[in-house]
Amino acid sequence: MSEHRYKWVGTRQNRPDGADKVTGRARFAADFNLPGELVGQVLRSPHAHAVIKSIDVSRAAALPGVKAIVTGADFPEQPDQVVPAGEMQVNLRDVTRNIMAKEKALYEGHAVAAVAATTADIAKKALALIEVEYEKLPHVIDVREAMAEDAPILHPQMRTEGVTPTPSKASNIAKRLEFTKGDAAAGFVKADFVIEREFTTQPVHQGYIEPHAALASASEDGQVQLWTTTQGHFQVRGFCCRLLELETSQLRVTPSEIGGGFGGKTVVYLEPVAIRLSQKAGRPVKMVMSREEVFRASGPTSGGHVQVKLGATRDGRIVAADVTVALQAGAFPGSPVGPSCMCSLACYDIENIRVVGFDVVSNRPKVAAYRAPGAPISAWAVESTVDLVALELGMDPIELRLKNAAKKGTKTHYGPTFGVIGMVETLEAAKASAHYRSKVKPGHARGVAAGFWFNIGADSSAAAHVGEDGTVTIISGSPDIGGSRASLAMMAAEELGIDYDKVRPIVADTASIGFSFVTGGSRVTFATGLAVINATRDMIHQLKLRAAKLWEVDVDGVVWQDGEARPSSTNVGEFEPLSLAKLAASASRTGGPINGHAQLNAQGAGPGFGVHIVDLKVDADTGIVTIDRYTAVQDVGTAIHPSYVEGQLQGGAAQGIGWALNEEYIYDARGKLQNAGFLDYRMPVASDLPMIETLLVEVPNPSHPYGVRGVGEVPIVPPMAAIGNAIARATGVRMVDLPMSPPRLSAALDAASPRLAAE
Amino acid sequence: MAKIHVTTTVNGEPTEFLCTATQTMLDVLRDVLGLTGAKEGCGSGDCGACSIIVDDRLVCGCLMLGAEAEGRRILTIEGMAEGDKLHPLQQKFVELAALQCGVCTPGVLIAAKALLDRNPDPTETEVRFGLAGNLCRCTGYDKIVRAVLEAAAEQKEIAR
Ligand code: FES
Ligand code: FES
Repeated sequence: MSEHRYKWVGTRQNRPDGADKVTGRARFAADFNLPGELVGQVLRSPHAHAVIKSIDVSRAAALPGVKAIVTGADFPEQPDQVVPAGEMQVNLRDVTRNIMAKEKALYEGHAVAAVAATTADIAKKALALIEVEYEKLPHVIDVREAMAEDAPILHPQMRTEGVTPTPSKASNIAKRLEFTKGDAAAGFVKADFVIEREFTTQPVHQGYIEPHAALASASEDGQVQLWTTTQGHFQVRGFCCRLLELETSQLRVTPSEIGGGFGGKTVVYLEPVAIRLSQKAGRPVKMVMSREEVFRASGPTSGGHVQVKLGATRDGRIVAADVTVALQAGAFPGSPVGPSCMCSLACYDIENIRVVGFDVVSNRPKVAAYRAPGAPISAWAVESTVDLVALELGMDPIELRLKNAAKKGTKTHYGPTFGVIGMVETLEAAKASAHYRSKVKPGHARGVAAGFWFNIGADSSAAAHVGEDGTVTIISGSPDIGGSRASLAMMAAEELGIDYDKVRPIVADTASIGFSFVTGGSRVTFATGLAVINATRDMIHQLKLRAAKLWEVDVDGVVWQDGEARPSSTNVGEFEPLSLAKLAASASRTGGPINGHAQLNAQGAGPGFGVHIVDLKVDADTGIVTIDRYTAVQDVGTAIHPSYVEGQLQGGAAQGIGWALNEEYIYDARGKLQNAGFLDYRMPVASDLPMIETLLVEVPNPSHPYGVRGVGEVPIVPPMAAIGNAIARATGVRMVDLPMSPPRLSAALDAASPRLAAE
Repeated sequence: MAKIHVTTTVNGEPTEFLCTATQTMLDVLRDVLGLTGAKEGCGSGDCGACSIIVDDRLVCGCLMLGAEAEGRRILTIEGMAEGDKLHPLQQKFVELAALQCGVCTPGVLIAAKALLDRNPDPTETEVRFGLAGNLCRCTGYDKIVRAVLEAAAEQKEIAR
């Protein structure tokens, strides 16, 4: 790690919300209550695909204690218009149908009606009394089957975008995209050898431990308040206002503490429904999803099918690449196929590239963003194939990657040319790491893979207020999902030159701070951080003006140093420095309260690269993989709070390990999800994992005063291929389907040595 | 349905409440007693977010009935700090960044306390297995395990 010149940046401070979070005091969404609140519950489709012929709510409405019922008819039709949702895009026509089905139920678990009642028991009874007449339709779950000519069609009006001429026939392929650089076909001719493979992944859920929950209170004058768990309360406000035809000023959204999101809490599910129920009932309505509902009706990310073809020369240059990515979008278009295509080859400087993507609908819940949306799926395929190239050449896998690494000036296949990036430094750090230099234990094998994510900037607002005693409040609109309050306060303290514990950061509701985009895309420390820095600088300017006024000098004669105003030189005059506390005490006499503000659209989010190293062993009989050692190396720009940066790397790696080895959505022949619970959807537990070592490579981002780069998303990209590559080296068997779960792996091992298996 | 009257002790306080025959202890804590520190992550005993200690035993609040609290001693996360002093585990969790979103934290801390009460000097493996009933999706467990080990080491040092 670099030697830093800072007092706070780069240190490990206790987070401001720490005490509340270790004592149970912190309030998550389900912890909010209002007097007179009702319990809202959702009726969900038992069918994977069915026409809703009629809904009769009369018996439910007659049940004592039932105060309101809503169906799709309670939500106005929306235009066929695409708007951003976190890092993804959604169509408003689809969003309204996803929160409450209209003509058809498109997946098992699709909401078809909701009730608000005085107790949970009554709400449940009421749901059972709602009569829905369905006409079952054939369904399709698998992405390749959904792409077939004769597949059951989900949306009769859908024509594949991105192909000319526009097809006349409806299809489940919502979109085709293509990125090219150079001439892939010509590139393969120049290659000494070509390796081609197909890979698949299954949908996996973000798995946040806090289920979705919302509490809405609509008032007779049309004003609405909402408390919810979200990565973006402004986004929630935007969606709810659109879907319910409210004006922005009519809805005030307060974000609760958020119990994990990973991209999955950037869209709305319960919120518009709770508001509509509250409007109809005239009382507050609280809704909390069960874990089963979370699995069946929220998230997950796409499963995919990826074909990779790489051509290389004998000296280890990859000269041509052709990648095709087909991703499940769930029931409505909008998988992360775009970023999946863009990230697929971004780690490398390859002359000739063609990447084709397909966005495919099928009868599954609509996917939501999940940490580096789409990137892990294409990286699993590409990084496994890069490993095959290394094996073919007999070359060290890091050496091969170094030989082909993207660097400053590399033109990507999706357009931009890289500025200052840290792929080479990250590979070098991985190569020099204690882990990589250690000998692989007997019976174990080592795998390596790399990963990339753009990171984003976007809109943020921030304010800085000086209290009467000279302490400072920093106000942002970015929900704190993993310690961002601490890093924002540290940057403000650094700017001000005061103690970290004199700065109190808060996350404000939609009415108390200007618009801020979601906490996602690894943007908060970068973009909201910039807004906080600018707001603090704005405040410092105010402080200097006040000192100048008191001293009766020009503001240019005042400098701000170590938390106080000082004369810039003896020429200005002999003045005692004025501390924040002194300036605050005299504020009324110098112009009133002292505040700073900033709002911006942050540009120049530096992309991030990661390299993961894993040592593991495979039990040949059971197919059980035991991870012995794991190291995540990443270019993090500047680590403002190293502990929380390490935490991002460790958490992302653990999610990737789950994705690699166990997690998957399992459907039966009727299109029903078979494992909608934590017992059967197996996420890693403490005893499954070793310590996750981290190496923070600091290549500062020139677009940020402290060099911040986003860090949260890259670490979920490399694990699957790192593990697959290690398994291939341990067993000689190349796994191409995720997850590499014990039954799948032992079947693959048996298939590879049928004679042994028969014995 | 007639409610059941229960007399118990919660975080050292003599407590009485009424609950239905089907209400879980977690629901009683959260909805009846206003103790929302224990969380419901699954309601099926698979995530540990609802962990409480009942007469020195680690229990999933979502798997216990409120009526079963009769005559027992219940400890929840709200009772872990002593006055204005955090429990050493709580302190270590803050210092070592053993939480990100923090929703698993109440359950993890209660499970870690139950572990250390039973085994004050656990190995890393014992900590990992002791916490295997608590899902954390954010941290990858690394810093959680370190915080528990360090809290244990520090307590041993103090006891000496
Ligand atoms: S809520 Fe009790 S174990 Fe998950
Ligand atoms: S800190 Fe978020 S689940 Fe553990």
